[in-house]
Amino acid sequence: MTRAAAWAILILGAIYFILPLMGMIEFSLSMRRGEYSLDAYRIVLADPQFRRTFGYSVMMAIATIVVGMLLVVPTAYWVQLKLPRLRPLIEFMTLLPLVIPAIVVVFGYIRLYNTSSWLPLTGSLTGTNILLMCGYIMLGLPYMYRAVDTGLRAVDVATLTEAAQSLGAGWGTILWRLILPNVLVAVLSGAFVTFAIVMGEFTMAALLNRPAFGPYLQLMGANRAYEPFALATIAFAITWACIGAMQLFTRFSRQGRPT
Amino acid sequence: MSFLKLSHLEKSFGASHVVRNFNLEVERGEFISLLGPSGCGKTTVLRMVAGFEKPDVGSISIAGKDVTALGVRRRDIGMVFQAYALFPNLTVAQNVGFGLKVQGTARSEISARVQEMLALIGLPDKADRYPYQLSGGQQQRVALARALAPRPKVLLLDEPLSALDAKIRVSLRNEIREIQKALGITTIFVTHDQEEALSLSDRVVVMHKGVADQIGTPFEVYNAPATRFVAGFVGTLNTLEAEVIDAATGTVALGAQRLVLDRPLPPGPVTLGLRPEMLHMEGGPAYLTGRVMASDFLGSVVRVRVDVAGQILALDQFNSTRRAPPRVGEELRFGLNPSDVLVIAPAG
Amino acid sequence: MTDQTPHSRPPRRFNPAWLGVLPFALFVSMFLIAPTLNIVIGAFQTPDGSFTLANIQGLFTRSIMSSYWISIKISVASAAIGSLVGFLMATAVVLGGLPRGLRAPLMTFSGVASNFAGVPLAFAFLATLGPLGLVTGVLRTEFGINLRAYGFNILSFWGLTITYLFFQIPLMILIITPALDGLKREWREAASCLGATGAQYWRMVALPILFPTIIGTFALLFANAFGAVATAIALTGSSLNIAPIMLFAQIRGDVLGDPQLGYAMAFGMIVITAVANVTYIVLRIRSERWLK
Repeated sequence: MTRAAAWAILILGAIYFILPLMGMIEFSLSMRRGEYSLDAYRIVLADPQFRRTFGYSVMMAIATIVVGMLLVVPTAYWVQLKLPRLRPLIEFMTLLPLVIPAIVVVFGYIRLYNTSSWLPLTGSLTGTNILLMCGYIMLGLPYMYRAVDTGLRAVDVATLTEAAQSLGAGWGTILWRLILPNVLVAVLSGAFVTFAIVMGEFTMAALLNRPAFGPYLQLMGANRAYEPFALATIAFAITWACIGAMQLFTRFSRQGRPT
Repeated sequence: MSFLKLSHLEKSFGASHVVRNFNLEVERGEFISLLGPSGCGKTTVLRMVAGFEKPDVGSISIAGKDVTALGVRRRDIGMVFQAYALFPNLTVAQNVGFGLKVQGTARSEISARVQEMLALIGLPDKADRYPYQLSGGQQQRVALARALAPRPKVLLLDEPLSALDAKIRVSLRNEIREIQKALGITTIFVTHDQEEALSLSDRVVVMHKGVADQIGTPFEVYNAPATRFVAGFVGTLNTLEAEVIDAATGTVALGAQRLVLDRPLPPGPVTLGLRPEMLHMEGGPAYLTGRVMASDFLGSVVRVRVDVAGQILALDQFNSTRRAPPRVGEELRFGLNPSDVLVIAPAG
Repeated sequence: MTDQTPHSRPPRRFNPAWLGVLPFALFVSMFLIAPTLNIVIGAFQTPDGSFTLANIQGLFTRSIMSSYWISIKISVASAAIGSLVGFLMATAVVLGGLPRGLRAPLMTFSGVASNFAGVPLAFAFLATLGPLGLVTGVLRTEFGINLRAYGFNILSFWGLTITYLFFQIPLMILIITPALDGLKREWREAASCLGATGAQYWRMVALPILFPTIIGTFALLFANAFGAVATAIALTGSSLNIAPIMLFAQIRGDVLGDPQLGYAMAFGMIVITAVANVTYIVLRIRSERWLK
C-alpha cells in the first residue's frame, strides 16, 4: 500500500465518522431558526423527566459497578489463587453475554421472575430494579472480568497472599488492603466501560419498564424535533469521557509498572 | 575483480551516523564475518547489501554489476534472519520452495530442488511439518534451505545463531560452514560473538561505531589487532600501563620490574596487551612476578589472577594432574615471550 | 503383582475451595444460564408443558422468515463492509507508513465509537442522512442531488447498514490491529529477498495468516449486528421488520402474543448468534496456534 493510498483511506474513514457527529451537533444547535443556539440543551436540562431518568441511570450504573466488582474481584482472585484449572470455564462464562443477545436474556428474566414465579422480582419496584441491575452486571461482565483478571495476572497474587498471611492478615484484610489497591486501575478501567454501557442501555430497561436514560432518549426521539440531538450529543460526550478515562488509566498503569 | 564490492558506504538515521566510509571486497566463495557490539552498524551494512536500506553515499556491486539502485527482489540475495522468520502458514517444503514458486518455476523442478535442499540440511522427513512443530535449530536450518533454494549469488546471515541454545549454536554453526563450503557460496555473516566469527570465517571485519576497524583473517585479527578496540573486543586481553625507559631496546618498566620487548618504542607511557594464554607458569624467555589474587579452576583451564605492580593480569593454564593450581596470596613467577606482547596504539 | 485392587483410588473428596466461586456460579446461573435455558426449553413446549415442534414450525411463516432474512442480510452486509473498511483503515495506519502518532488516537476513537451504539447513534445518523439531515441537505442544495430520488432512505436496508458500520468498523479495527502487529517485518523482508512482489507476499503469506482473524471477526461483527435492538428501534420505529424488532414487539405484547412463538423467535436468534460465535472462537484458536 502506498502512503498516498493509506492517507486516502484514513481520510475517507475519518469523514464517515465525523459527519454523523457533526450532523448530530449541528441539529442540536439549530433549534432557533437562522442561528445556532443552546436552546435545545436548555430545554432538555430543565426537563424534570431528563433529570429523573439521567439520575436513575447514573444510580443504576454506580450500583452495577459496585455490586459487579464485589462479585468479580473476589471470584477472579480466588480462581487465580486456588482454582486455576477453572479459569477457562469462568472466562467462557464471562464472554457468554457477548454471544447471547441481551433481548433474549431479558425475555428470559420476564418469564422466569414474573409475579407468579418462585422469585417474583418483577412484582415490586425494588425487585425490578434489582433485576435490571443484575442484567447490567451481566452486560458488563465481559469487560469487568477481563480487566480485573488481566490486572491480577500482572501482580503475583500467590506470593502477595502468602506474605500477607504470614503476617497474620485475614481474608477480608487481604482483599481490601492488598488485592484491591493492586488491581484498582483495572477495576476503574472496567468500571468506566460499564458506566458507558449502562448509561446508553435501552433494551433491558425498556422491556423491564424502568425509567432509564435510554428509553427516555427513544421516547424523546419519537416526539420532539431538536431535543433528542442534544441528548445524543450528551450521551456521546459521556461515552467519550468514559472510554477516554479508561484508556488514560490503562496507559498510566502501564507506565507506572516497571517492565 | 572481486565478486561483491562495497565502496564508500555511508548511512545515517536522523542525527545518528550509523555507517561511515565502509569499504569491503569479497571474493567469490568467501565467508566474511561482520563482528562488533550491538549498534556498531554491522546489521545496517548487511541490510544495505540486501537492499532493505539505501546507502546515502557509496555503491554496491555484485558479480561486476552495480546493484545500488536495484530493488531487493532483483538482487539474487539469500537471507537468514535472527528469529527464523519462516512463514508460519506454510509447510517446510512450501517454505523452501517459496522463492522458486514466486519466480514461476515448474512444479516438478520445485519439488526436486526442495528434496535436494532438505537432504542438504538433514531434514528430509520434515517436509510436511509446519514451522511451529519444529525446534529452533530445525527452523533455522529450514530458513537456510529456503534462502539457498533459489541459488542466490550471495548469502546473508543476520545473527542466525543468537536465538538458539549454546549447544545447538555450536553444531549449527559448523553445519552452516560445511554447507557454505560445499556450495561455494559467497557469504556475509553478522555476529556479535567473536568465537563464532573467528571459528567460521575466511576473513573477519571488526566494526566499531560505524567504521571497519580491521579487516583480516581470524589469525591476524586476534594476534595483530589494528586498534585498541579490536584488541579488547576480540578475545580476552590483559592491558598493562607501563613506561618506556629505553626506546632503542624497547625496555619498559612495570613498577620495579623490567621487560625487554626487543623493538624500538617511543619513550614515555605505553599500553601493553597480553593474551592470558600467552603467559606461562614455567618457561621464559622473559619473566614477571606478582601476587596471586584469585585462582579459578574451570576444568580444562585454570585461570589465575595476578597482581603485578598494582595491575591485575589474568593468565590461563591448561589443567595438569602433575601440578596443583597456585594458591591465593602466593608469589608467582611466570614467563612470557616478548614477541607475544602487543603494543596498543593510544585510543584515538 | 502388587495387591492393588481396582477400588484403591480414594473417593474424590469435596474441595472446599470450590465454595469461593459459589456466588459467581449462582449469579451466572440465575441471570444468564437459567433465563437462556428457559427460552430454549420454552421453544419446544406447549403452554401446558409438553414437548412440541409446533413453535419452531411457527417460525416458518412468511413474515417471520422475512424478518430473519432481512436481519441476516443487514448483519452480513454490515459485517462484510465493516470488516473490509476496518481492515483497510487498520492496515493504512499500521503498515501504510503514516505518522506513528495517528495510531493512539485511532485506537481511542475506535474504543469510543464501538461503544457508541444504540439510540444516540440512530439520532446521529438521522441528523445526517435523514430527510432533514446535514448531508442530505448539503447534497440537495449544493450539488442538486436528491438522495430520496435515488431511492435512499435511512429507514431501509442500506440506511441501517450504513448506521451499523459506525460501531462495526471500529470493532474490526480494535481486533485486527494486534493481528497486523503480529505480522513480522522479517516475513515481508524474507519474501522480497526470495523474489516475491508485494502482491505475492500478501496473497501467499500475510492474508493466509490473517485469514482466521478476519473471518472470525466477521462472525463476531455478524452476531453484534444481529443482536442490535436499540439502534434499529430508534432509527426505524417499527417500519422495518427485522428479527430483534419483531421479538421486541412480541415481548412488549404489541403483536398479539402467542408467547410460545416468542420463545421460538428468541431461540432462533440464539442459534444464529451461537453459530457465528462458535465460528469466531474456532478460527481464533487456529490463528493463535500459528502466531505462537
